[in-house]
Amino acid sequence: MAKTRRPIEPLLWLLFSAGGMASAMLMPALVFLLGLAFPLGWLGAPDYDHLRTLMLHPVTRLVLFGVCMLSLFHWAHRFKYTLYDGLQVKHLNELLNTVCYGGAIVGSIVAAYLLWR
Amino acid sequence: MAEQITMQVTRYRPEVETDASFQEYEVPCPKDWVILDGLNYVKDQLDGTLSYRWSCRMGVCGSCGMMVNGEPKLTCATFLADYAPGPVKVEPLRNFPVIRDLVVEIGDFMRKLVAVKPWIIRKDEKPVSQGEYLQTPDELDEYKQYSMCINCMLCYSACPIYGLDPQFIGPAAIALAQRYNLDSRDEGSPERLELLSQHEGIWGCTFVGECTEVCPKHVDPAGAIQRYKLTAAMDWAKSFVMPKGKADA
Amino acid sequence: MNNEPIYTAYHPRWLRPPMSTYWWLGKWPYVKFILRELSSIFVAWFVIHLLLLFRAVRGGEAAYQRFLDFSAHPVVLTVNVVAFFFIVFHALTWFAVAPQAIVAHMGKKRVPPLLIAASHYGAWAVVSAILSWLLLR
Repeated sequence: MAKTRRPIEPLLWLLFSAGGMASAMLMPALVFLLGLAFPLGWLGAPDYDHLRTLMLHPVTRLVLFGVCMLSLFHWAHRFKYTLYDGLQVKHLNELLNTVCYGGAIVGSIVAAYLLWR
Repeated sequence: MAEQITMQVTRYRPEVETDASFQEYEVPCPKDWVILDGLNYVKDQLDGTLSYRWSCRMGVCGSCGMMVNGEPKLTCATFLADYAPGPVKVEPLRNFPVIRDLVVEIGDFMRKLVAVKPWIIRKDEKPVSQGEYLQTPDELDEYKQYSMCINCMLCYSACPIYGLDPQFIGPAAIALAQRYNLDSRDEGSPERLELLSQHEGIWGCTFVGECTEVCPKHVDPAGAIQRYKLTAAMDWAKSFVMPKGKADA
Repeated sequence: MNNEPIYTAYHPRWLRPPMSTYWWLGKWPYVKFILRELSSIFVAWFVIHLLLLFRAVRGGEAAYQRFLDFSAHPVVLTVNVVAFFFIVFHALTWFAVAPQAIVAHMGKKRVPPLLIAASHYGAWAVVSAILSWLLLR
């Protein structure tokens, strides 16, 4: 059996798990409201001042960053394995890792910048 | 006169052909016959050249696993009449090399079982004079489910990861490792983790969950693997906080 | 007579059927698995959506209005409808397997799987209620 030690795997899996839990808990309600109910007018969109106070609050920013960063790593881990297994592109392993985890890192940096610049 | 059902059985004779084909047999279909009964009827009455494995005919030996209409099943525990009016397709267990007809090569599986060190590992063995290792019913319940595996390899057939990468250690082997890791008498978790923390160990699993669905003994290998991932990840995290050697196995 | 038999090793050629690239279309559980994995794409999309919302809110009332119009655009709306179903699918499949993956003990006794499942769904309901209250009041 080939021995390919990847001591980073536990970290990636923990990030994937945390991201899966965070997105599962928070996103359904947010997608429903922000993606469907408000644009379609089923419910009144929050007025600007209220939303501004809410979103710019330091705790909100922290939670938002946490959810975004973890969800991105959740996507990176899951998507990488989907391409790896679903399309059998094992030979592109290095490229896949760079695109997926690299993408998550870049996304997290962009998120931090947008939230705290 | 009992009904008949058509069985489409894979034939592969390496001495005369390079690919597998199907051969059809008409077998009786009494209510209480299983697929294995049908195969035995073929072998006894119709075509003695058919090759297949079976032993206990009661679902405890793990020898008779085959694909029945595309699903991995124990042929001694699958009723023929359930597939009436038929035809019912019987193929060798998926994801394993086929030696002949319905017989697959299981060497890889056997080696993996040994590789996870499926025995009680202790730092210090208690001498026989000091008596047995004691275990409470609760401690037994911790690992009992994982000890029910009959090594039938249906889970390996259901696992797409194993199909894609035969180096993946696989559901039954990891469940077996857990059977010992969770045994209160065992102290060998770190040793097993060494093997299982590689990419072809637990981390190759993407929790498809089909292994648990097809297991005839309700071992739940998928659950065993996910639990192990959590344990391994926690151990990894702890190793940063606590110096090596102090961390719990 | 010198008719020594010549022995050659006989190893039958094993048949190794290759695995199709479309293995995942083979049966419904596999299709469901791939759909579950693909839901992660919509999770990533919604991260982008959230960050765009934040940027718009920070940018001023006009920017916020533009974002609302953007959200109502038929293409964006369609994407979000699909995203909603996939994200709910992700949540449901995640909570469905949580009891299998998480084995907890309280003292010597194992926490019943039903309790693990109930805690997850309960937390989901509470979090959703809080988020809704924050946005709707």
